[in-house]
Amino acid sequence: MIASQERRDRAPDDAIRFVLDGEVHTVRGIDPNTTLLDYLREDLRRTGTKEGCAEGDCGACTVVVAELDGDRPRFRAINSCIKFVPTLDGKELFTVEGLRAENGALHPAQQAMVDCHASQCGFCTPGFVMSLFALFRSESAPSVDRINDVLAGNLCRCTGYRPIVAAAQQMYRQAGETDGDWLHQPFSNGDREISPGETELVARLRGIRRDGTLALTGPSVDGGTHSYFAPTNVADMAALVREHPDAYLLAGGTDIGLWVTKAHRDLDTIIYLGNVPELQQLRVTDTDIEVGAGVTVTDCQDVIAEHFEDLGELFRRFASPPIRNAATLVGNIANGSPIGDSMPALICLGATLRLRAGEKTRELPLEDFYLAYQKTALAEGEFVESVTIPLTPADRHFRTYKISKRFDQDISAVCGAFCLELDGSTCRSVRIAYGGMAAIPQRASQCEAALEGKEWSDATLPDALAALEHDYTPIDDMRASAGYRRMVAHNLLRKFFLETSGYDGETRVVGQRR
Amino acid sequence: MSETVGKPLPHESAELHVTGDARYTDDIPEPKGTLHAALGTSERPHARIASIDLEPVRRAPGVVAVVTAADIPGVNDIGVNGDDPIFADGLVEYIGHTIFAVAADTVEHARRAVKLAEIEYEELEPILDIDTALERQSFVLPTNQVSRGNPRKAIEGADHRLRGRVRLGGQDQFYLEGHIAFAIPREGGDLLVYSSSQHPGEVQLVVAHAMAKEAKDVVVECRRMGGGFGGKETQPALFACVTSILATRTGCAVKLRLDRDDDMTITGKRHGYRIDYDVGFDDQGEIQGIELEFSSRCGMSADLSGPVNDRTMFHADNAYYLDNVSIVSHRCKTNTVSNTAFRGFGGPQGMFGIEYVIDEIARYLNVDPLDVRKQNFYGVGERDVTPYQMRVEDNVLPELVPELERSSDYRQRRQEVDAYNADSEYLKRGLALTPVKFGISFTATHYNQAGALIHLYTDGTVLLNHGGTEMGQGLFTKVAQVTAHELGIGIDQIRCTASDTSKVPNASATAASSGSDLNGMAAQAAARTLRERLTRFAMEEHDVGEDEIVFRDGRVQVGDQTMTFAELVKAAYTARISLSATGFYRTPKIHYDRSTMTGRPFYYFAYGAACSEVAIDLLTGESRVLRVDILHDVGQSLNPAIDLGQVEGGFVQGMGWLTTEELWWNPGGQLMTHAPSTYKIPVAGDLPEVFNVNLLPTGRNNEPTIHRSKAVGEPPFMLAISVFHAIKDAVASVGEHRLSPRLDAPATPEKILEAVEALRRRMSEEHERASHGAV
Repeated sequence: MIASQERRDRAPDDAIRFVLDGEVHTVRGIDPNTTLLDYLREDLRRTGTKEGCAEGDCGACTVVVAELDGDRPRFRAINSCIKFVPTLDGKELFTVEGLRAENGALHPAQQAMVDCHASQCGFCTPGFVMSLFALFRSESAPSVDRINDVLAGNLCRCTGYRPIVAAAQQMYRQAGETDGDWLHQPFSNGDREISPGETELVARLRGIRRDGTLALTGPSVDGGTHSYFAPTNVADMAALVREHPDAYLLAGGTDIGLWVTKAHRDLDTIIYLGNVPELQQLRVTDTDIEVGAGVTVTDCQDVIAEHFEDLGELFRRFASPPIRNAATLVGNIANGSPIGDSMPALICLGATLRLRAGEKTRELPLEDFYLAYQKTALAEGEFVESVTIPLTPADRHFRTYKISKRFDQDISAVCGAFCLELDGSTCRSVRIAYGGMAAIPQRASQCEAALEGKEWSDATLPDALAALEHDYTPIDDMRASAGYRRMVAHNLLRKFFLETSGYDGETRVVGQRR
Repeated sequence: MSETVGKPLPHESAELHVTGDARYTDDIPEPKGTLHAALGTSERPHARIASIDLEPVRRAPGVVAVVTAADIPGVNDIGVNGDDPIFADGLVEYIGHTIFAVAADTVEHARRAVKLAEIEYEELEPILDIDTALERQSFVLPTNQVSRGNPRKAIEGADHRLRGRVRLGGQDQFYLEGHIAFAIPREGGDLLVYSSSQHPGEVQLVVAHAMAKEAKDVVVECRRMGGGFGGKETQPALFACVTSILATRTGCAVKLRLDRDDDMTITGKRHGYRIDYDVGFDDQGEIQGIELEFSSRCGMSADLSGPVNDRTMFHADNAYYLDNVSIVSHRCKTNTVSNTAFRGFGGPQGMFGIEYVIDEIARYLNVDPLDVRKQNFYGVGERDVTPYQMRVEDNVLPELVPELERSSDYRQRRQEVDAYNADSEYLKRGLALTPVKFGISFTATHYNQAGALIHLYTDGTVLLNHGGTEMGQGLFTKVAQVTAHELGIGIDQIRCTASDTSKVPNASATAASSGSDLNGMAAQAAARTLRERLTRFAMEEHDVGEDEIVFRDGRVQVGDQTMTFAELVKAAYTARISLSATGFYRTPKIHYDRSTMTGRPFYYFAYGAACSEVAIDLLTGESRVLRVDILHDVGQSLNPAIDLGQVEGGFVQGMGWLTTEELWWNPGGQLMTHAPSTYKIPVAGDLPEVFNVNLLPTGRNNEPTIHRSKAVGEPPFMLAISVFHAIKDAVASVGEHRLSPRLDAPATPEKILEAVEALRRRMSEEHERASHGAV
C-alpha cells in the first residue's frame, strides 16, 4: 500500500513501450481500451493483420509476441483483436509485415504457404502465417497432430486446411534455403548457442523492462477518461484493487476483450496482473500444484497434464493456442461462466482458491466459489490470487470429458468430471461435477451419495443414474437441448464406469485415450 | 505444349496474401474525413413500427448523419421482386431487418449510436419455421413442379414402397472477410463504390436506382474478396446502397464494415429444407416411381430463392434415372433472414434428398447402398434423359465410380467396418460412397455471357480485365494463364486488375461455377484479336506467311528471325496498330423454358464421387471422419493445383454443412449462432487422417469449353454427402443394418445420439413384439 502510494506520487509513467520491427515503439495518450488490432490497422496503417470476428475465434488477427523466458525469447501467437495495447508494454511484437528478410526473401512460413498453394482468398492467410511463425520459432519437428492443434485457432473457409498443414511441414525443409535473418531459422532443441539475433532481442526486451507500475490515463470513446494500471508486485496490486474496487482485473482479456469489441462497454479502470511476478508462480510440490492468477493456460497445461492425463486432453481442446497463450487458468475460474472448461475437473479434484484482499488472504474450496449465475464469493476489493490442485493418490481414478459440436476450439455443451477412490471394489470416495448442466459448475451430490460406499459395478449404476436425474435442470440453447444434456450427463457417467471397470474396447473417438 | 495452361501455377496473389500486402476493401487508404456507418436493425421478427425516435442517435458523440427510408433519393429496394427494402418502412419482417443507418467519425461511435434508437413495435405473429409456413401457405414465390410419366401409379404398382421425411439445415457462408462497402462521392453527384461483391454490375444498378441515378453515374470496383461462396452475390447491394446514401448526404467518403455478428444476423444463408418422399422400387432397389416434395426456408423475401429452388429441382435426380417422377418445390416465407446463394445454389439440397431416399431403399432391402446407387445410375445411350428433358451426354460415372470403389478398397473396408462393429460396443464405424453430377451454367440463360478487356503496353506487358471477380477461387490466375497462352508470354507479364464496372460493362455475377468457363473464353477471344493484329502486322512488315509466325516463351518467331514479344508490340505501336481489345463469349446450346421447367439448362455436367469412413460414439453422439477418398472430374484442368484446392476446400465446407455447422434460432426468432464462438465451421483437426484426393486423369470436357476444362467451384461441395451417409451407416449398425435410422442434417452429436436412441427403442420394440409373438 505504502510502496504503491510512493510510486504513484512520482510522475506517472504514461508511455507504453514495446518493440516493433526491431525498434522501441512508444505509445502515449491512447485509450487503454484500444485493441491491438485497431491500433495496428487504424493508427499504424499496418493492414496485413485482419479482423475476421473481433472475438478471438477466427485467428485472422493473429500476431506474435516475444517475451523473455529466462534468458531466451519465447514466441507466442495471440489474437490481436482482443488484446489491449497497454498489455504489450515490455514485449516485442511481430506482425505479418515484418517477416521478410532484409534482402526481401519471404519467411519460410510464407514461402511454404505459397509453394503448397495454401492460400485461396488470402484473408485468413496472414493469421496462419503468424501461427506458423510462432510454431517455427518454438518447436523443431511438430507432428501432424501437433500442427492441427497449433492451428486450431485459425479458421480457413477456402482450402480445407490440407495444404496449410503441408506448409507447416514444408517450412522446416525450406528453412535451410534462406540465409541471413535469424528469424528465418527454425527453433532447435538442446544446448544450441543463443544466436546474435536472439541476443539482441533479449537486450531490447531487457531495455524496456519496467520496475514500477505502468499507470496510464487516456480518453474514452465518449470523451471521458479511462485508467490503466499494471503493477509489478502483488502488494501494489492488492493496494490498487482496494483503491479501485470497481476496477476490472485483466489477465489474458480473452473474455473482457469482448466486452469492448462486442458489448461496446467502457472499462473505466483496468488493473492488469500480467506483470506481477508473484502471480506468475507455478509451484509443484509432492502434495499439490499451485497456479498463480497470471499463469496462462499454455504455461500450466503441460505441468498439470503430467499428473492428470485427461486434463491434458481437456487443455488440448481448451479454446485455441492463441487464446491459451493469453488466457489464464484463474481467469477461466474467476470469470464464473457455467460452461468454463476447467471448473468441473478442478471442482472434482478438490481444488481450492486463495483469495486476497489487501494483505489478507483466505482459502476457499472452488466448489464454494460459485453462488449463482456469474456470481462468485469474491468480496469487494478481493481477487483470486491462485488455485491449488491437490495431487491425487495414485489409485484414484480421474476422467474428464468435454462434449461439443466441434472437437477443437469450441465451448462445451456438457463437460463432465469424475474422481473415484476405491476400496477393493467399493466406492470409498466419489466426486462428480458437470459444466453446462446448471447456472454454475456444480457437483452431482445426489449421484455421489448414491455411489458412496456402494459396489462399483453394473448393479449400482442404475441408482446413480436415477439420482443424477435430480441433480440438474439443464436448459435448451444453441449448444444443445436440455434433453441431450441430460442424456449425455448420464452417458458420461457410464463411460467413466466403462473406463474404470475393465472394459477393454475403444471408448473415445478423439484424443490421447483413443 | 503450353507453358501456362494446365500448369499448377500458384495463385496470382499468393505472395501478396502471405505478406499481408493483398489489399481488401477495408485496407484501401481512406480519404481525409472518411465517415463510418452502422446499421440500426429490428429486434422483432415481425412487427409494425409504432413509433421511432432517432433523436438520441443524432445527439450521440461523433454522429454526422442519420438516414431512414425517407432519405432514399430513389427506389427503396435491393431485391429481385420488389420485396427487399434497403430500410424497412413501417414493417419489419425479421430480427436484423435494417431500419436506419448512421454515419459517424469513428466505427465505435457509429456502432454505439445505433443502439440508442427508441423504437416501439406493434408485434405481429411471426412465422418462424417451414412447417408453420406450409400450414399457413406462406410463400415468397409460387410452388413449382416438374414431372414425367405417372409416378403415383408406378409407386403403387411397385414391389416395395417407402415414405418419409428428412430435415436439412441451412449454412452460413462464413467468408473470413465480412461484408463491406466504401462509397466515395465524386463530382456532379457521381459515386465510386468499393464493394466486396461477386456481382459489381448488379451493385452498380441497384445503387443507381436507389440514388435516382443512372448506371453511367456509378462505378463499382472490387479487386478481391476475402471469400464469397455465394454470400456476396446479391447481399452486397444493401451495404453499397447505405454507404452511397450516406456519402451523398454528407459529401464525405463513407465506409460500412459489418461486425461479424451483424453480418451473420443480417445476411442470407443456404436454405434449410424439409424433404418429403414417397418412392416405389423393385427387389433390386431400382426406383419405379418417386414423388419428392421440397420445402425450403426462404426467409422474408424472394432474393435468389426462385433459381435456388429451381436448381434443387434440377438436382433432385443427382446421378439417377427417374422414369416416373414428380418433383415439387415450395418456397416458404418465414420471418427470418432472407436466404440466398451459397456454393451449390440449391443443388446440394436436391441431391441430399435423392441420396437419402437411395440409402433408405438399401436399408430396407438390406443390401449395400452402393449397389442400389449403381442400379439406378443414368445409362449411357439409354435411360439418360433427366426429369427436365435434358439428355445426359457426358456421363463418366460408370467409369469413375468403379475406379473409386477400387482405389478406396470399398468392398474390403466394408468387411473391416462390419468386423470392427461386431467387436466394438460403444464406438461404431460407417462407410459410404456417393456420386455427384452437377449441371454447369446459370439457369437464367442470359447470365451465360462474359466480356474481357486486354491492353498491351509498349514494353510488352499486359493489363487484363474481365467481368469475373476474384474471391479466392483462382479465377484471375486461370484467366491470366489462358491469356498468357494465347500471347505466348509468361504469366508474370500480365497484371490482373480489379473487377470494375467501367472497364467491362454488364458483367454477370461470378457464380454458378462458371467464372473461368465464361471469362476464360472472353479473355481468350480478346487475346486472339490482339495476337491476330500482331500477326497481320508482322506478316506485312516482314513479308512472311501466317504459319511462319509463332508466339512462344515471351518471344515471337517471324520467319527466320525472332524478337521479344515486347519488341513486336513496340513496333506495332509505332506502326499505329491498336493494342487494346475486348473479347466476348456466350455459352452455346443452352435453352430452357421456365414455364414447363424443361430444356437444356446446362451446357454440360461435372462429375465426382467420394468415399468416406467415420467413427461415432454411441454414448455421446460425437463423430469423426477417419478417411476420405475422392475422385473428381475437372475435364482437362487449367490449373491442377487450383482445382485440387477447390475440390478439397469444397468437400471440407460440405462436411461442415452436414456435421458441425448448425443454425439455431431461439423461440423468439433470433438466430443465436451468429459468430464463430457459436457457429462451428471445420478446423484443421477435423480433416480425415487419410485424405486421398485425385482429379480424374482422363477428364476432358465433351464440349469445347476453355481448353476442355470443367467448372469446379461448386460440384465438389456435394462430395461431402458421403460423410453424412457414412455417419448414417454407423448409426444403422445399431439396428443391425435392418432398421434404418432417421437422421436429420447437420448430424451434430445431438442428432446422432437422438438417432441412435430412437433406433434402440425401435429395436427393443421389435424384440418385444418378436418375443410376444413367440408366446
